[in-house]
Amino acid sequence: MPLLLVAAGGALGGVLRVALSNAVARRFPPPFPWGTLVVNLSGAFVAGAWLGHHGLPQGEADLAWLLVVGGLLGGYTTVSSFSLQTLALWQQGKGVKALCNGVATLYGGLLAAALGAALFGGLTP
Amino acid sequence: MKGVNRALGGQLNHYAAVAAGSALGSVLRYGVSLACLAFVGSGFPWATLGVNLLGSWLIAWWATRASATPGGFIQRWQSFVVAGFCGGFTTFSLFSLESLTLLQTHAPLTALAYFLLTPPLWLAFAAWGAQVARRS
Repeated sequence: MPLLLVAAGGALGGVLRVALSNAVARRFPPPFPWGTLVVNLSGAFVAGAWLGHHGLPQGEADLAWLLVVGGLLGGYTTVSSFSLQTLALWQQGKGVKALCNGVATLYGGLLAAALGAALFGGLTP
Repeated sequence: MKGVNRALGGQLNHYAAVAAGSALGSVLRYGVSLACLAFVGSGFPWATLGVNLLGSWLIAWWATRASATPGGFIQRWQSFVVAGFCGGFTTFSLFSLESLTLLQTHAPLTALAYFLLTPPLWLAFAAWGAQVARRS
């Protein structure tokens, strides 16, 4: 059951990621990878909101966490595309864009997760 | 009409490959997290670090090989591996959550190390993967 939930969430998340990042990239064409940035920031926000609302997972048997965070959000957000695109920017001599993408992704992600948590119940250590 | 159908079929194939690859990647990521929890413990997010490094290496290797050998096996499986598997295997949302929870609990130094040091490592692994692909 846990495996099925992670697989189903992961499949749906992956399709959403590709659909959304393609749509964004059509609107705001490369080289700057807006699509991946939008996907990752929105995913971090929802993950933070889930954490604020539900708290940390209740052991291995937390099926909702597995479906939403382990599957859906895990499949939706991506580090691999971020790495590939940032590396490509860097190797094309667009160092400033690469740096901006890195800073926006990392700090934006942390901020989005904190904001999501704060808006949906807050963080309880 | 035939052209439209073919384009639509191509899109559907692309999304089906992404869904299958992402499902497989997510399940493997879950397996890695269970294994890490059992063998290493939960003090540091080794599992997320590991999948993000491996996924960054693989995506750069695959994408570089695909552009070097157009029309081959590598390129035909690109939707499944690059957009699907690597995307599902790696996770940015969990990275952000872990940074946040490490920051606001007892481990500010661990949090800083995780948050500031692992992203350059992702990039280093991607550069490594691309370099290996260019040499082969």
